[in-house]
Amino acid sequence: MQFFFEVLIGGLLSGVMYSLVALGFVLIYKASGVFNFAQGSMVFFAALTFVGLLEKGLGFWLALPATLAVMIVLGLVIERIVLRPLINQPQITLFMATIGLSFFIEGLAQLMWGANVRGLELGIQDEPLQWVSDVAGVNVSKFDLVAAGIAAVLVSTLAIFFSRTRIGRALRAVADDHQAALAVGIPLQQIWGIVWAVAGAVALVAGLLWGARNGVQFALTFVALKALPVLILGGFESIPGAVVGGLIVGASEKLAEVYVGPYVGGGIEGWFPYVLALLFLLVRPEGLFGEKIIRRI
Amino acid sequence: MFYREAGQYKTTYEADSAIFPIRQERFAFWTFLVIAFVVVPLTASPYLFSAILIPFLILALAAIGLNILTGYAGQLSLGSAAFMAVGAFASYNFVLRVPGIPLLVAFGCGGLSAAAVGILFGLPSLRIRGFYLAVATLAAQFFIVWCLTKIGWFTNYSASGVITAQALVILGYTFDTPRAKYLLVLTIVALMALAAKNMARSNTGRKWMAVRDMDVAAEVIGIRLMSSKLLAFAVSSFYCGVAGALYAYAYLGTVEPEAYNLDLSFRILFMIIIGGMGTILGSFLGAAFIVLTPILLNIFVHTFAQSLPSSVSSNLEPMVFGGMIIYFLVVEPHGLARLWQIGKEKLRLWPFPH
Repeated sequence: MQFFFEVLIGGLLSGVMYSLVALGFVLIYKASGVFNFAQGSMVFFAALTFVGLLEKGLGFWLALPATLAVMIVLGLVIERIVLRPLINQPQITLFMATIGLSFFIEGLAQLMWGANVRGLELGIQDEPLQWVSDVAGVNVSKFDLVAAGIAAVLVSTLAIFFSRTRIGRALRAVADDHQAALAVGIPLQQIWGIVWAVAGAVALVAGLLWGARNGVQFALTFVALKALPVLILGGFESIPGAVVGGLIVGASEKLAEVYVGPYVGGGIEGWFPYVLALLFLLVRPEGLFGEKIIRRI
Repeated sequence: MFYREAGQYKTTYEADSAIFPIRQERFAFWTFLVIAFVVVPLTASPYLFSAILIPFLILALAAIGLNILTGYAGQLSLGSAAFMAVGAFASYNFVLRVPGIPLLVAFGCGGLSAAAVGILFGLPSLRIRGFYLAVATLAAQFFIVWCLTKIGWFTNYSASGVITAQALVILGYTFDTPRAKYLLVLTIVALMALAAKNMARSNTGRKWMAVRDMDVAAEVIGIRLMSSKLLAFAVSSFYCGVAGALYAYAYLGTVEPEAYNLDLSFRILFMIIIGGMGTILGSFLGAAFIVLTPILLNIFVHTFAQSLPSSVSSNLEPMVFGGMIIYFLVVEPHGLARLWQIGKEKLRLWPFPH
């Protein structure tokens, strides 16, 4: 039973990391209806830029705002060059454009900083917390806990940003109906610029945490693939959905790997979340918190 | 001036429903076929066959398959490579385990197996749509490749997981040269493309397009959603399955799960987007674009940018590729087939402005 809880908690905490990536998808999908496949590449780009700047001799607290600035500029440039000319195109075209974008960003990142694998030290040890082990007998990684804390802060900040600020209200209006938002005088392009910049910032946070955990390498781009089942579980439009979906995916995939994996030959982490999400969709086609769309002729 | 239909009267129903109603187009089409079947085999080099033409034709076939599903029936799929893998492995196992089965029949059975799997993974499309469905088809991609890797029966318990495909023997003739393989692939692809074109023009294709344009409305006018969507999944997977079998037998020479990864699925999706959704011609144009671009980029880098270190040029390639995709989408979101349409309209007036 103790082992079960250990796996469960480990899974939940790694689920938080998935949520961080999924959050970037949700932000952009909510505001512009674009399914941004390049989010994983942005995570990779952010982590690589940060490490690259550190190697150049910048201190941690200097590299962080510098990378943030780079990500925001990247977001704004993407909005200007890729998305603005594609306004009013079908969603699938925009989706393909973001796949093209992901090739571009991956190439750019490696061109700028080289392709070798690097470690990233954030000063948080990946070791079990002593007092939790003593009290409950369950090993909980300090790093995972910090990551969960950061994710919680980020999600609450975004939630407040969306619900309390003027820009947040504008964002929600745009998400609801592009044309109506334009009609009441919300500058659509500015809003999209902001959303992409925020998504870039979220990618930075995700990139730092994932980079510290797995090393900064090309495989970071595949993190995006892990985030997709989270998205469909939680619903494309919902920030809480991304969090809850992340928790469900993280916990269930770890449990499945430990308890089911040995019987079928292991390695089921790759597809288990997808099948889980698929089965889930059969019951609730719009995800946990997604908007129910009433269709009519 | 040269491209106008003035004076070409349609006097029979057959003429009215021809695939190429205009004489010039028919002429161009037959010339093209003669070039493909006669001129190219006589002149092309083995490199051209095995590095460009054969993969181009096979991927075009897969693109037709995906185009049926996504372009005509409107169901976005990211799992086409998985259905190709099913086709390849099913063909391999049919040849291996059924003694004396003709190879083409095995390919057909491979396609049918892929169709069955396609129907299975198409079932969620009855409930979900759009990107939710696209992500759901990713389940097929990962799950199928995992199954083929982990379950030894499919690979005949080969230790490495990479199996050499059986020789291509049809009616006692061994297709072992690149030229022979090219002709075999070309014949199969041409016949299946013709079938796809006719399917798209028939009752079935119109049903699919109605479902694509608005499924609620389609249901109201009496189209069965379930059967049309599942049929689209079945036919699409059949095409992908046959393409996958050809990919293994005529192009790679090996049957391995790793060849059918997510990257291949994306490439096929690129083909139909860049070529043009909902057109058979677009599948070919898109396949040509996606197959040729990396090769041309490579040649370009090697001839003009030799001074660059290899780390730079290998990273420039995806950048240029991604940039070109974005550029094409911005310039012509409806794909190369649409450009061809526009070109034809221009050609009708040329060289007179009015």
